[in-house]
Amino acid sequence: MEHVSKTYSLQNGPFEAVRDVSLRIPQGTIHGIIGPSGAGKSTLLRMMNALELPDQGKVTVLGRELTALPETTRREVLRSIGMIFQQFHLLNNRTVSGNVSVPLELVGTPKRERAERVRECLRFVGLEDKAGQYPASLSGGQKQRVAIARALASRPDILLCDEPTSSLDPKTTAEILEVLLHIHRTLGVTIVIVTHEMDVVRSICQGVSVMEEGRITDAFTLQRNDTEAGTAGLAGYRVSYRDQLLGGTEV
Amino acid sequence: MDFFLLMWEGFVQYRSQIGEAIGETFVMVGIALLAAVLLGLPAGTALYLTGKGQLYDHPLRYGLLNGAVNVIRSFPFLLLVVFMIPLTRLIVGTAIGTLAASIPLAVVAIAIYARFVEQSLLEVPRGVLESARSMGASKLQIITKFLYVEARSGLVLGLTSSTISFISYSTVMGVVGGGGVGDFAIRYGYQRFETELMAVVILLMIVLVQGIQFIGNALSRWLDKR
Repeated sequence: MEHVSKTYSLQNGPFEAVRDVSLRIPQGTIHGIIGPSGAGKSTLLRMMNALELPDQGKVTVLGRELTALPETTRREVLRSIGMIFQQFHLLNNRTVSGNVSVPLELVGTPKRERAERVRECLRFVGLEDKAGQYPASLSGGQKQRVAIARALASRPDILLCDEPTSSLDPKTTAEILEVLLHIHRTLGVTIVIVTHEMDVVRSICQGVSVMEEGRITDAFTLQRNDTEAGTAGLAGYRVSYRDQLLGGTEV
Repeated sequence: MDFFLLMWEGFVQYRSQIGEAIGETFVMVGIALLAAVLLGLPAGTALYLTGKGQLYDHPLRYGLLNGAVNVIRSFPFLLLVVFMIPLTRLIVGTAIGTLAASIPLAVVAIAIYARFVEQSLLEVPRGVLESARSMGASKLQIITKFLYVEARSGLVLGLTSSTISFISYSTVMGVVGGGGVGDFAIRYGYQRFETELMAVVILLMIVLVQGIQFIGNALSRWLDKR
């Protein structure tokens, strides 16, 4: 992303959500974008798959300049970018396997191939036994796993995660992070996670960008010799993200 | 008790006329239903899509469509029937009869159902649309594979309510010789003072409406997995 900016016009005047941000995320890494609410993290993420288009600047994903592509070509690029959301956004009127099958139906994958891929993806997230159920009967963690399976169905190179664990309890959060890590390791998918939870970044991210008031205020990599999940809990915001994430102040 | 006996006798005596009247009502309501589904559903979808902040946000088109729906719905129905006579004559060649009566009913049907469709679609969470876009779905796919899927139980309930309105509207079609049960009730029950025949028709209508609502509710519940 180069020099991207996005301003929304709200009732009480314009709001600069993202201000001249440049960011490069190396392929094959897990990158965290952390910061307080309203910092523009989600907007930044949503520009990576053109859910939002920047007012200025350009976004290049997988070597294709999203911001310059016509809509139909852009849609093709989007098929190699999966996305999961805080609120899962599943189709509640379709079964678990129906949901996972949607991205394949959009590109006209033949039925038998679809069924096979759906089974594969559900096995990957450990939900084969729920295939015929409707999302309403699942727990939050299970719904997010269905969403992950759905995002994986089209064999994406990139997985964007918008606050993927923010509506889940700590134990379920750990499970979901486990699944994401597993995806990263076995499929080599590049993962970008937007979160306000320090633990999420601490447990799986390699690169970190700290975002505040529409700008990236700090960026660094986390050395991890171990994937021990952070259990320290959220520390006070006065200590900088860098201090907390690079050790030093364990709270 | 005597009155019920009278009703029964009247029903038996006029069963062929009543049967015919029911047939006419079904034709009118059937055509209206067809128009609602074939034209009201797209119109309602267009209303939704051109609305503020939606996929095809277009204030002018929304304003025109919205205005048209409101204008049609604000006509007292009887006046619309009369007002539309020239147009009806253009479409079916005559302004009299069951088929001719179906035209204004179809027009109202489109407007009524379009509004129901718009409301149902507005209830689909925006996140569903976002996930659709993130998958690279085309606009048509977003409508058919996401919006309609999530709104389907509301769409059915809307059609149920609409159908009941169509039946009610169809009862004034006597003015243009459209026939139907309403017309029968007025001519025999009211104008010929055979009150029991009016009661028979009202009873039939009650049963019909209850039945339609029951079926609509059941279908909608079955479709709703949320």
